[in-house]
Amino acid sequence: MQVTSRKFKENAHEAMQDDDLRAALNRVKTGFTTARANAAADLPEFEDLRDKARDIKDHVLENLDYYLEHFEEKVTEQGGHVHWCSTAADARAAVLKICREVDAKTVTKGKSMITEEIALNKFLASEGIEPIETDLGEYIIQLADEPPSHIIGPAVHKTKEQVTELFHEHHQQYGYTEREEDLEKLVGEARAVLRHKYVTADVGITGANFLVAETGSTVIVTNEGNGDLTQSLPKTHIVVASLEKVMPTLEDVSTVMRVLARSATGQEMSVYTTFSTGPKRSDDLDGPENFHVILLDGGRSEMIGTELQELLRCIRCGACMNHCPIYHAVGGHSYGWVYPGPIGAALNPQMVGLEEARDLPNASTFCGRCEEVCPVRIPLPKILRHWREEAFEKQVSPKPERWGIELWGYFAKRPRLYQFATGLAAQILSRMAGKKGRLKSLPFANGWTAVRDLPAPQGSTFMQQWKKQGGRSK
Amino acid sequence: MSSKAKILSRIRAQKGRGPLKSEHADILKQRMAEHQKNLIPKRGQRPLPEQVDLFQSKMEALATTVERVESADDIPARVQEYLKQHNLPSRLKISPSEAISGLNWADLPTLEIVTGAGAEEDMVGVSPAFAGVAETGTLMMASGAMTPSTINFLPENHIAVLNISDMKGSYEEAWDALRDKKGDQGLPRTVNLISGPSRTADIEQRLIMGAHGPKRLHVILVGDGSKSE
Repeated sequence: MQVTSRKFKENAHEAMQDDDLRAALNRVKTGFTTARANAAADLPEFEDLRDKARDIKDHVLENLDYYLEHFEEKVTEQGGHVHWCSTAADARAAVLKICREVDAKTVTKGKSMITEEIALNKFLASEGIEPIETDLGEYIIQLADEPPSHIIGPAVHKTKEQVTELFHEHHQQYGYTEREEDLEKLVGEARAVLRHKYVTADVGITGANFLVAETGSTVIVTNEGNGDLTQSLPKTHIVVASLEKVMPTLEDVSTVMRVLARSATGQEMSVYTTFSTGPKRSDDLDGPENFHVILLDGGRSEMIGTELQELLRCIRCGACMNHCPIYHAVGGHSYGWVYPGPIGAALNPQMVGLEEARDLPNASTFCGRCEEVCPVRIPLPKILRHWREEAFEKQVSPKPERWGIELWGYFAKRPRLYQFATGLAAQILSRMAGKKGRLKSLPFANGWTAVRDLPAPQGSTFMQQWKKQGGRSK
Repeated sequence: MSSKAKILSRIRAQKGRGPLKSEHADILKQRMAEHQKNLIPKRGQRPLPEQVDLFQSKMEALATTVERVESADDIPARVQEYLKQHNLPSRLKISPSEAISGLNWADLPTLEIVTGAGAEEDMVGVSPAFAGVAETGTLMMASGAMTPSTINFLPENHIAVLNISDMKGSYEEAWDALRDKKGDQGLPRTVNLISGPSRTADIEQRLIMGAHGPKRLHVILVGDGSKSE
């Protein structure tokens, strides 16, 4: 996918003018967060399960090479194939090769962030193979030719009216000539159109929420059942997954399952959790004849053993963005690459380069809610801080910003000077503001004052008041 | 160098080590062989009668309908009643499994019974559950020659039959039962954990039933759930 992270500020500015997007983001802010809070409160063991989930993931990352090899061995034993791919290009080539082997014309797809990451759809289309997204949200944004704006709700930014228009434009070829405005009927229309695609597709591609080393299984989690139709009807099933999805046992998967849906949508369980192991058995009446797993590295192995390793615990539930005030304000597209929200801000600098994504680590108020709700307790603010330091040290951030920080640093390292200067500033600003206590404009701060007043200091600093009180609380 | 060698050597280099020493690898191997249970919520460890009630209330909370019958002999008549209630056609796609195809369907000549895998035109499918998981009201369906998994997804209406004797408290107990049954063959091609009828909230976060899988899920619980075994 085209990276536009460099334009984060412009993207964000545009997003904030978009009324439809504002309404959509408000739904994220209230809907997902309330549901998660209720689900967490309903399970007394929830916090302990988060610890367990974190520990299991850490255990895997310590022994990742071993579990991956064991997983491959089990997949092979069951008659499947594992394709190791260092880069996105390797993964695309591996998928294409399998599609060519079965002379594929159309490919149905279950929801997969990794196929977004490797921009598989555009590639397949350029090779003359039609990719069809089947998750309703993914299908909508495929019709709109847009990237997902949320990990678990890819079309969360679209209104019903926009979907009506998209379906009207694209479904006339199937005989749907009227504009459909009823929500239930819109879903029914997509169901009917896609139903036939499942049955006629040559290859089904899904992602994986987990890979199980013990059994050689791949696991998908959905509410729609689209992933199941995608992987059981075509002759060939290709799973595209990244390295860190591997888990030791079914018991370990069960533990993480208990925090996944609760953190994501606030459901205790998603409707369908499906374990696929190898191709169909000789006497099975259904299922694919060929089973392939594309195992993508894509820069992840370089994160092992570094301060970024903890990001590889991520189970892609989306809780961090659901609870992020910045995501609520700017939406997913502003982040400019596949992963939005706090996880995107922390991961994208590694995946697309700090130069390109340098604004993302600043897209945070450091309120810490992301870390508070992360089911595997990834210290997202700490990692964002790491990137800010990197950007400063490697001189990636613009000069005025670095000069500003250096200037502040000069004062901050000299407490007396710092207290004097802040005291002076507090006094001046307080006088400038007069009785109203607010400033309508201020040099160097017109970005702020252009759209709102700046509350002025009341005349003395915290340190001055603290001293006056004799260094005690009242 | 192959991608595999590249990836593995990179992981090891980042960890500052070579491949795991055999004594360390043996520990991991044993960890998988033992597949110890981690933390299981208390609600998944109740006595059987309470599990059955929990299972039913959890399923109903996610828009599944549940009914209980004393004996498997009652199933065909209840299925016919269900079709009537929802104004459904009388053609059924059923699993070849003895648990379903062996029922006395012949007593109800108005029903058209077709045995096999799910197909695009199926409106109603009937299949047996391998187990029930009480903690979240979840069915475990295991694929096989007699239990094609497409019946669980293609028909608009899915009726699942679950014996109360197959009710488990937690996922872990259900995995143990499946391992016992499959021995060293490993898992069947497909294991579905199903917790309700298909749904989507992808448009404006408003919930609509029947996105791609069944619009309705009906569970028939068979046996006496009032006493522990």
